[in-house]
Amino acid sequence: MTQKQRLVVIGNGMAGARLIEEVLARQGADLYDIVVFGAEPYGNYNRILLSSVLAGTHDPKDIFINPLNWYKEHGVTLHAGCPVTGIDPVEKMVYAANGISERYDKLVLATGSHALVPPIKNLYTENGKFKPGVFVFRTLDDCDEMINYSTNASKAAVIGGGLLGLEAARGMLNRGLEAHVIHLSSHIMNVQLDASSSKMLRNKIEAMGMHIHPDKHTVAVLGEDRVTGLLFADGSTMDCDVCIISAGIRPNVSLAKEAGLAVERGILVNDELACSAPDIYALGECIQHRRRLYGLVAPIWDQARHLAEKFTNESYNALYEGSLLSTKLKVMGVELAVMGEKEQGSEEDEVVVYSEPSRGVYKKLIVRGNQLAGAILLGDAPTAPRLVQLFDRRQALPENRAELLFPIREDAETINIADLPDTTQICNCNGVSKGQLVAAVKAGKRSLKMLCDATRAGTGCGSCKPQVQAILEMATDGQVVDDPSIHYYVPGVPMTKPQLIRAIKELNLRSVSSVFKALAGGKEDPGSKVGLASLLKTIWGKDYEDERDARFINDRVHANIQHDGTFSVIPRIYGGVTSADELRRIADVAKKYNVPMVKLTGGQRIDLLGIPKDKLPDVWRDLGMPSGHAYTKAFRTCKTCVGTEFCRYGVGDSTTLGIQIEKRFQGIESPHKMKLATTGCPRNCAEATTKDLGAVAIEGGRWEVYIGGAAGSHVRKGDLLCVVDTHEEVLLYMGRFMQYYRENAKYLERTYGFVERIGIEELRRILVEDAEGICARLDAEIQAAVDAYVDPWEEAITPATPTQFASVLDTAEKVTAQ
Amino acid sequence: MQLVKDSSSSAEITRYNLGPVYNIPQGEGRTYRVENTAIAVFRTRDGNLFATQAACPHKGGPLSDGIVGGCQVICPLHSYKFDLATGTSVGNTCDSLKTYPVTLSEAGDILLSLDQ
Repeated sequence: MTQKQRLVVIGNGMAGARLIEEVLARQGADLYDIVVFGAEPYGNYNRILLSSVLAGTHDPKDIFINPLNWYKEHGVTLHAGCPVTGIDPVEKMVYAANGISERYDKLVLATGSHALVPPIKNLYTENGKFKPGVFVFRTLDDCDEMINYSTNASKAAVIGGGLLGLEAARGMLNRGLEAHVIHLSSHIMNVQLDASSSKMLRNKIEAMGMHIHPDKHTVAVLGEDRVTGLLFADGSTMDCDVCIISAGIRPNVSLAKEAGLAVERGILVNDELACSAPDIYALGECIQHRRRLYGLVAPIWDQARHLAEKFTNESYNALYEGSLLSTKLKVMGVELAVMGEKEQGSEEDEVVVYSEPSRGVYKKLIVRGNQLAGAILLGDAPTAPRLVQLFDRRQALPENRAELLFPIREDAETINIADLPDTTQICNCNGVSKGQLVAAVKAGKRSLKMLCDATRAGTGCGSCKPQVQAILEMATDGQVVDDPSIHYYVPGVPMTKPQLIRAIKELNLRSVSSVFKALAGGKEDPGSKVGLASLLKTIWGKDYEDERDARFINDRVHANIQHDGTFSVIPRIYGGVTSADELRRIADVAKKYNVPMVKLTGGQRIDLLGIPKDKLPDVWRDLGMPSGHAYTKAFRTCKTCVGTEFCRYGVGDSTTLGIQIEKRFQGIESPHKMKLATTGCPRNCAEATTKDLGAVAIEGGRWEVYIGGAAGSHVRKGDLLCVVDTHEEVLLYMGRFMQYYRENAKYLERTYGFVERIGIEELRRILVEDAEGICARLDAEIQAAVDAYVDPWEEAITPATPTQFASVLDTAEKVTAQ
Repeated sequence: MQLVKDSSSSAEITRYNLGPVYNIPQGEGRTYRVENTAIAVFRTRDGNLFATQAACPHKGGPLSDGIVGGCQVICPLHSYKFDLATGTSVGNTCDSLKTYPVTLSEAGDILLSLDQ
């Protein structure tokens, strides 16, 4: 391995620490020795929650994202309480207080911002410090001092009626002080709100006991030894014993400036977030990118992801093109979401407004070119997520704008997560409660994958994952870490499915072990083996080099493992149609082997349960029937109804079709299992419309072919792919879809998810209209897979390895001494 | 018959020959009965041998039927993951596995030590 580079980060605030987390999440620790300088003597905390600490609703220890030992655990060197004093871009050195210096290969400036202090007279004491009682609101220490001082105070004035100013005032109010907000312009939060919503917010917070003083310009602080009041430009005064200055922020640029980097209002960065000197980058509130400054967290997260990707992936060459601004806030408990522009830009803009003053609800949309150019949502949380999504993705809006303003039911459900008691069971497979999930998040499991791995929530049927995600977002206050491995085909090889397929083909990798060697630095990940095997088999077909250890136990012994380590045996009964002789043979086997349970399955099969592993070959031999594949990710069954053969309503021969389908596609492997059905009339007794693939006979001798149905943990009616005239055509289109699904679905993606992801229109275009000209190839590939079919139960006669079916090896012998 | 004793330890250690290593295909595990103890022995693709208790502490799943990678095994029943060298669970809070010293003899046989 080549020597690690040194990645030095100046600033341990939200931007700097987030960058480190993103780099670590991408295995950056293998590439870099990471060093971070923090001016404050702590780990990294959530600055957004400082207002909650001030308000007394959060304990300071609850707002830490990464405490000091987190850095140690992850091998990150943290110089806490150690302000950087200089950068030498030529020697590539960083110098800090206490004589500490660090050499860098890559340097990141995440120096943040400081409070803007307007020119106000009498603000400082003789030694240049703020007069007692005067504060800015930026750090945990500021917060601490304010809390201490306020215990002996009774009236607080906050200069600045922006978001932070209002939060500071709320904090003072909560601590029993009279709270006054002094605002320079006519309406509060004028950066985010238009006049109407601002007025509504003002009414709401005044009703809570806050005093708002608009159009007031503070010119001086009154008081000699400590603050006793304020003097305004109009000559009026106000008594107060606490004065909090919250008039905005300014980027911290002095370090960059002294190092000779290009600086305007912020540190200048290009679309790679690179500064004007080589190997120096910057992100967060300190930067100026395309003439813009950023003060919200979401853009900073974008920037951190961008830089982390760039640092850890050589082929990454995307540019940071700026972030759209949208934010969800709580102002004194009032929900507020704002995005984009707040006022009409031109006559062409469409403005949609809903106002309900008695409840304090205000919603405004600015629509331009049928896209959302901006929105304000006050006092209304449920509609916000959808609007933010439409805004971020620049999606086309529905014609009926009212649909945007009022919550659709599903959105309302996800929001309710916050109100559930901690004891509520979220994962019904593994019995994981909301409280357990929240505790795990607080313990640092801040990506969906880490949270699921740690609690096992979502690892059963997976249907609770959206709720787990919602809890994650709630418990982290939106600070979810993006786990890049969710984009990988398997977690142990850092590549998306298309990248991986390309590499496998280019390097001619035909076995799972060769993939680990070539593409994962030789590191074998057990959780990735089965997925890789599935992919390699689809890519190489009969030329796949089958390593048995990459198979799940079910596929090693061709039976389904049960909770006691025994197996279930389901012989193939084509179309669910059997005979007296076959039934007698199955009964004889059940008797001979004392099978503990004989069960009819939902797929119209007979299941022999409780067979020990070493009896499997004998059972198969005695059955004399092929494998039913009820244990693997493959074509499983085709359920049928009796159709025209006996049913008086039947309009199509569904049993014959079902048997044909099953004989053709038995054992075809796929990203997940495929359960099929054919049914002889639209009464749909075989439930073909909720199968992965289904055929429904309709009058006139025709068949409807459905794909993407489901009736398990997820219930979905399949989409109609096409209507055809013959059994042969049903087989043709089903095979074509199967092959497309085999090639394009993610591993373990059922057809319902796949069809929904690609879209039925697109699938019809590709598979029926042949718009991409690939149908002939798909048909040939599935034919090759059909031709390659071998009944795996033949291994009863020729085992793959000598101990393939051994339950327990009894070969131990005590060793004698020499 | 005389037993090989490990003089450095106060507990009595008995060694067993479990037979040829080729009984375990590369990258897989097998369960052995040793006296009255069921023990899972794993043979990794990079040539290492590991031995642990046979049943998963979670719900008794047969660990030797699990998927092995690097020096980890994933239980086939509920996907709990364990480090084969130390026995500790990986990424979850399941109890640890008991591990046993195991080596390969020059003749290619698996030699296991068991606490008596």
